Amino acid sequence: MDLSRQEHGLDLLNAIVAFANFVMLPAVAYGSQLALGALGVTMIYGILRFSNFAHGDTMAFGAMATILGTWWLQAIGVSLGPFPTALLALPAGIAATAVLVLLTDRLVYRFYREQKSAPVILVIVSMGVMFVTNGLVRFIIGVDEQRFADGARFIITAREFKELTGLKEGLAVKSTAMLTVVVAIIVVALLFWFLNRTRTGKSMRAFSDNEDLALLSGINPERVVMITWIIVAALATVAGVLYGLDKSFKPFNYFQLLLPIFASAIVGGLGNPIGAIAGGFVIAFSEVTITYAFKKVAGYLIPAWEPQGLVQLLSTDYKFAVSFAILIVVLLFRPTGLFRGKAL
Amino acid sequence: MSDPFLIGDSLSGGYGRGVDILHSCTISVNKGEIAVIVGPNGAGKSTAMKAVFGMLDLHEGSVMLGGEDISHLSPQDRVAKGMAFVPQNSNTFTSLTVEENLEMGAFLRRDDISGTIAQVYELFPVLKEKRRQTAGELSGGQRQQVAVGRALMTRPRVLMLDEPTAGVSPVVMDELFDRIIEVARSGISILMVEQNARQALEIADRGYVMVQGRNAFTDTGEALLADPQVRRSFLGG
Amino acid sequence: MTLTPRDMTLFLAVLGLIAATGFLQSWNVALGILNMGLVSAIMALGVNMQWGYAGLFNIGVMGFLALGGLSTVIISKPPVVEAWDAGGPRVIFALLVGSAAIVAAILAWKRMPAGKARAPALVAILVVGFFVYRWLFDPAVAAIEAVSPARAGNLGGLGLPILIAWPVGALLAAGAAWVVGKTALGLRSDYLAIATLGISEIIIAVLKNEDWLSRGVKNVSGIPRPVPYEIDLQNSERFVERVSGFGFDPVTASTITVKLAYAGLFLAVLLLLLWLAQAALNSPWGRMMRAIRDNEVAAEAMGKDVTARHLQVFILGSAVCGLAGAMMTTLDGQLTPASYQPLRFTFLIWVMVIVGGSGNNFGAVLGGMLIWYLWVMVEPLGVTLIGGITAGMPDGFWLKKHLLETAAHMRLLTMGLILLLVLRFSPRGLIPER
Repeated sequence: MDLSRQEHGLDLLNAIVAFANFVMLPAVAYGSQLALGALGVTMIYGILRFSNFAHGDTMAFGAMATILGTWWLQAIGVSLGPFPTALLALPAGIAATAVLVLLTDRLVYRFYREQKSAPVILVIVSMGVMFVTNGLVRFIIGVDEQRFADGARFIITAREFKELTGLKEGLAVKSTAMLTVVVAIIVVALLFWFLNRTRTGKSMRAFSDNEDLALLSGINPERVVMITWIIVAALATVAGVLYGLDKSFKPFNYFQLLLPIFASAIVGGLGNPIGAIAGGFVIAFSEVTITYAFKKVAGYLIPAWEPQGLVQLLSTDYKFAVSFAILIVVLLFRPTGLFRGKAL
Repeated sequence: MSDPFLIGDSLSGGYGRGVDILHSCTISVNKGEIAVIVGPNGAGKSTAMKAVFGMLDLHEGSVMLGGEDISHLSPQDRVAKGMAFVPQNSNTFTSLTVEENLEMGAFLRRDDISGTIAQVYELFPVLKEKRRQTAGELSGGQRQQVAVGRALMTRPRVLMLDEPTAGVSPVVMDELFDRIIEVARSGISILMVEQNARQALEIADRGYVMVQGRNAFTDTGEALLADPQVRRSFLGG
Repeated sequence: MTLTPRDMTLFLAVLGLIAATGFLQSWNVALGILNMGLVSAIMALGVNMQWGYAGLFNIGVMGFLALGGLSTVIISKPPVVEAWDAGGPRVIFALLVGSAAIVAAILAWKRMPAGKARAPALVAILVVGFFVYRWLFDPAVAAIEAVSPARAGNLGGLGLPILIAWPVGALLAAGAAWVVGKTALGLRSDYLAIATLGISEIIIAVLKNEDWLSRGVKNVSGIPRPVPYEIDLQNSERFVERVSGFGFDPVTASTITVKLAYAGLFLAVLLLLLWLAQAALNSPWGRMMRAIRDNEVAAEAMGKDVTARHLQVFILGSAVCGLAGAMMTTLDGQLTPASYQPLRFTFLIWVMVIVGGSGNNFGAVLGGMLIWYLWVMVEPLGVTLIGGITAGMPDGFWLKKHLLETAAHMRLLTMGLILLLVLRFSPRGLIPER
């Protein structure tokens, strides 16, 4: 084979590896986190019929509870070897969050449910809950960034990958990113099994579909609501912990996740679980692709071209603009979302 | 004649604190029989049936089921007592499969429901074919079958149908009425509100003509069909 | 509408609280609370127009306030001449090209027949427009930001009197509101909420990152004032003579004079807006608005163009927020993009409106003043309270240390509790709608 052509073939490989390393992997991990968050939002919307603005802070609370558990485990010397200790603390974090949301439902939301208040009132109420949850989290753990990831950092480092393949570009697979994907797949599989295969899960879908008929069939609404909150607590905690492991834990970041999470849920179709997952990945991939500096990839693909700038469509500071733009396009052209939720 | 199986006796009431819609209205049905409520639009037909099912605020009258006073039970509790209700609109879970709809109908039951599902499929064979499809994908007539099937899953003693043939073609309507007769033969009492008065009275053991929230005529279906006054005023001659 | 004796008592009570701070702490603090309270009252008026009159759910208040803040920079700062020479016209041209691309895309979508060509045409226009825009924009920005970055690095403003920035802030906010309203009104109420949340985050991102415009996180300080500077007063012989005559310390007197001047300005704006808002609310327009809010379907059946009316009131309310934002930045004397936090600048305003009484302008004003007072006072009160609780604990005990450190976060908790309690037990607020 002609040497220059071989070079070029390697360049193409290098470009693909760089793209996978900086766009694909981060987007898959981030997409999983968004999908889990959006699933929580969409479940609340489907069953309790309001947009829960406290969801970001519920995630923060769940992550916080898990972090406290992790610290305790670390202090008494328990570890999971290559896996983060946080996985062991996760059940306790979920339990604590479930207690919090059930308490909130009992003290706050149930009253408005009985009054049959308009959804927008419940949204405003969720704003109050958001304040309180946010305050609680800050009160307990403070506003600072917390790191709680331990165990192996990488499944394969960039250097190992380069040595292995002889390519110029490295593919670093962060263990937290991998963990995010695996856990998200397990959680989503469990959720769908529950919703589609169990009697309780089916009754929740029935309740979301047609509340009056569900009542006529003898489905107990309070039980459905309770189970929904517990599932939402689990989803929020898992999402919060995975996000915290992958990036870092900072209470304010979770509030800021609200926009991409809602964008994911709406883009997929509010109230539709499959839509929430699809929406999460649509938003994540768009955000990462549009804010990634393609200079390196372009350099491999077109060696003659030496771009002056970073070849970046938008600076990372504008990642919100990406969720927002996708949201607006969907609202304009398909208000019920890609998978037709319950909107309108 | 013994007391009827289900009787709503001289019911008066309305929704909430609004004006009364029903005025001393009496509706009853015997075991295994079909009772039909007919009348002009706005006569309170559906309201009368909802009153029997406990969805109305009554300030007079009582509802007895099998000799037991159930006037103060909620609709959900009446379901547990053996009453099943098929609303006129949105009477299926459109995003659930046909089979899941039936399972949800049996939500209160803790025993094995496969036998009842088989019975429903026997009654409505087309549902068996489509049992993995969502109810939303079915035709109007098939959806009504799902709705009736869902209600039958509780193994009710009384089946109440609010205009089951609304919006379906005449052929489907005949078919549906045949099935309803079959259900009644199995010992389930049927109380039904119908727009298609003539066809409904033809299968009715008992007919109620309602006007402005009151009983106007009450007799067997056959007798009402033969009554010249009923024919002239409500059956178009 | 007139105020009932009960309403008057409530207003007097809030003023009393502020006055008590004056007597017990210092008049500087009290007047500081009063001034920001007046601005908050205007913000609450704006949100009340949207939520109280029309039931529109705007949680992007922060963005509209920030636009008002930006207008103070654009209007009142002197232009940076070298920066203008370096790339000013080119940036403006780039922005025009960018907007033209968007308008062209919208026109193409509206004018072209629905078919296979339409979507690709739309995408093509946007993509080409984007690259032309970036090609024009990037070098100009780099040139501008290279001009003495430590001191300027931005274009500066027009060098006009600061008071002009207030109505201009309202206009900027109105423009943004028009864009959001056009897209998100007429859909479910939660969608408007998410859209406004999004636009406000984007506005803040622009302020933080477009250094050529707002210097980003380097902040724009030294924004001109509509009132005299303390130091000038202290150097003015007449002023010193007069306040000394009353037996005041000139330094304290100068700060208080400045604050009083602000209070006078803000109060004038507030009263004017309140008068206008009341007139609007009680006009046929206001009655129609409320009729739409209470029953959209019926109003639509009567031939009212609900979406157009909503757009109108949404723009008006946002403009009021923009005005308040400009006033706030004027009071601060600097634009600090990083300081815009949604909990403080969006959700707190909502607490004000709901606690005060949604649908009632006087309620919004009262809520604005009261909640601002509480927002300021809860923190020291929380610290005192925690201090009391932990007094019995031994020094160095981890819980004591932790509680003392986090006492400052009490205010979010308190605001949330206030909101939840009012919604639950007095959902119509302190001064209910009449």
